[in-house]
Parts: sequence; C-alpha cells; structure tokens
Amino acid sequence: MKKHVWRPLFVVLSLVIFILLFRLAYVPADFGAQERGYTFGFHRLGNEQEWKDYPAKYKNSSYCNECHDDKVKSLKASAHAIIPCENCHGAALGHPDKPEKLTVDRSRGQCLRCHAKLYMPSSGRNNIPGIDPEQHNPGTACAECHNPHNPSLEEM
Amino acid sequence: MKRRDFLKNTAVFVSGASLSLSTLEFLDPRELLASQPSLRWGFLVNTYKCVGCGFCVKACKIENDIPLEANVTRTWVERYVMTKSGETIRDCPQGALNGYTSKLLDENASGMRAVPDEEVAQAFFVPKLCNHCSTPACVQVCPVGATYQTADGAVLVDRKWCIGCGYCIMGCPYGVRFFHPVERVADKCTFCYHRISKGGNTACAQACPFGARQIGNLRDPNDPVAKAVLKERVGVLRSEYGTKPNVYYIGLNEEVR
Repeated sequence: MKKHVWRPLFVVLSLVIFILLFRLAYVPADFGAQERGYTFGFHRLGNEQEWKDYPAKYKNSSYCNECHDDKVKSLKASAHAIIPCENCHGAALGHPDKPEKLTVDRSRGQCLRCHAKLYMPSSGRNNIPGIDPEQHNPGTACAECHNPHNPSLEEM
Repeated sequence: MKRRDFLKNTAVFVSGASLSLSTLEFLDPRELLASQPSLRWGFLVNTYKCVGCGFCVKACKIENDIPLEANVTRTWVERYVMTKSGETIRDCPQGALNGYTSKLLDENASGMRAVPDEEVAQAFFVPKLCNHCSTPACVQVCPVGATYQTADGAVLVDRKWCIGCGYCIMGCPYGVRFFHPVERVADKCTFCYHRISKGGNTACAQACPFGARQIGNLRDPNDPVAKAVLKERVGVLRSEYGTKPNVYYIGLNEEVR
C-alpha cells in the first residue's frame, strides 16, 4: 500500500503515545481505585493525609484549664458551665505564643444567640431563660450587668 | 451399564454438581464482621437539644477557613415553624451563623414574617451537615476522581485535583456542597477529618453547649452514637434517594426536608 495511506495512522499512533506518556508524567503514582473501589474510591491516596494534616484552630476547654484553671473552675460552678471557653474567647490556635491574647466576643449578639426569647415548643430553646431584645435594655452590652461566668443577678 | 446403575449415577452426579463448594463452607459471623473495616464515621443530631445558637456554624467556619461573611457554609441550622393551620415555614438566615435572635421568620424575597405564638403548633431547629453517605451521589458524578470516600467513610475533596466543574454540587441531594470562594474548588464538610483522625471531636460538636451534635464510630457497639442509632428512634434525611446517609436525627419530622 502507498505511504500516504499509512501516514495518518502514524500520526494517530504518535498522538496516543504522547497522551499516554503525558498521563504517566502528570498523574501521581498513588492515584487510582482505593479501598472503596472505582465508583467511590477513585482518587489520589496522598490527599487523605493532606486532609489529616489540616491545621486545627480549636483546642478545647481542658487545654484552657492548663493555665486558667481558676477561671475554668468558676465557670464550671455556674449555669454557663456547658459553654466551651472558645465559643466566646475565640479559637485558641497557637495561643499563648501566637496570638498572645485572644479577642473575647462580649457583644450583645453573642448572648442573644441563646437568650433572645423565641417561642419554640418541641425544642430545648424554650427551657432557656430569655428576654425580648427590643424591650430589655436595648443597646446596652449584657456584660455591664451580668457576669458571663456567673450570669445569675442574685448571686453577683 | 444397567439402566438402574445409569439412573443412580446420574442422580448422584447431578445433585453433586449442583452443589458448589462454597455452599458447604461454614460462614463465621465474626469473620464476616472482620472483613468490614472496624471504623465507619457516623453522626448523630438530637433536634430536641438544639436551641439554634449557631455556635456550631461559627466554629465550623473558623476551623475550616470558610470566610465568615461569604454566603456559603459547611453546616447550618434551619428553623422549622409549623402552624396550627398545617403550614410549614422554614428559614435559615446566613446559615444561622449568628444564631436566631428574632421571632420574625426570614421569607427571603417576600420579607420578614411574624407568626403569633398562639398559632404555632410545633417549632424546632434542625442542624444540617454532609451526610457522608454510604453510596454518595456526589462522588459518582465527579469526572476527574477529585472527590472520593475514604475507607472509614468520610467523603472528601482533593483540592489539588478538583477542576471546579460543579457536577458534585448539583449531584448532592442535600445541597451540602458549595464552591469555595477562596480555594476556587468544590468544598464540603469533612467531618473535621483532621480532628477526628487524631482522636479529637469535630469543631461543631465541640462547640455545641447542649450536646445536640455527636460524632462516633458506627461499627463500635459501645460507641454512644452507634448505640443510639441501634436503640433510639432515629431517622435520616431523604432516604428515597438511596444514598444511605450516615447522619442520624433524633426527633425528625416528616416535614423536614
């Protein structure tokens, strides 16, 4: 057969070889079907470790207790004992090195998350003492009267 | 060969050949259990305990570097109000990042709506997050193998491999996926894989003061989540899609979608 008939075949073959070589170089060795099979587990295995190494921002209250045990102790005696420290004091991250000081959320909105009175039967919200934010000293920071670590006014 | 022998031999041969060797194998249930991975992450949400404070949403966003002001979130809390006339109203302002501080229901384009207390039959909060389904629809539609399920059941996205086509965002029946405004890839709840794989708790469950959220190992019969899933009356969202979700809800109403 004449040469010009074969020529397109060579072009196609070299294209296929080029694509295969490119794939070999581009796709990492750990890419493929893993434990969950082709349908659900077709991925780069190294990414699982990348997610495991993602930096955590939140510690937990027992971490706070290592230095601030007096504060944690006083909080644990109050009705707010169930609230983790970092919910108001911010994520500990690298504290105490970086940041040296955490920014405390003392805003009215922070208290209203739970203490704005809503009518929610069939929800735990109804068991929490609440106020109408528009009637109860609007514009005033809650912390001016209530101690967040011991919120009951009688005991203050 | 006599006819009697022929028939006899045929009967023996046919009955023997129809029994495969595996039929005679003794199946040990312990062996069967062992062939499954001993770890399968599952999540339990108690809707009675949720008060809609939104601390979980805030903690999740900070923990996983989702911009606070962006209108996307890996987890959110919905408010359901059912009236005595049978109407179901659902709202979720900003994914409940700042909790629920007003009685007014956010009806989006039609504005805020007030429902008098005496008309309310039921009202409660439902936290939502990725269900880390056993047969996730979002994973099947990924054309490049960027989203996948780990052996312990977490559905993750490979940020280096994702091309941002958005098929998975469309494919998820629960709408838990979104386009990450900074990373420019599809993003979703990871069950805080970086925390739970080191023995920690998820950021949302840790931030919840009321214990409405719990993560656990569904394969461990002594795990509190596994126990609740076995013993309590739990429900899952949209089971009709066949995705087999692994986030279980205590106190799930039919109206919750």
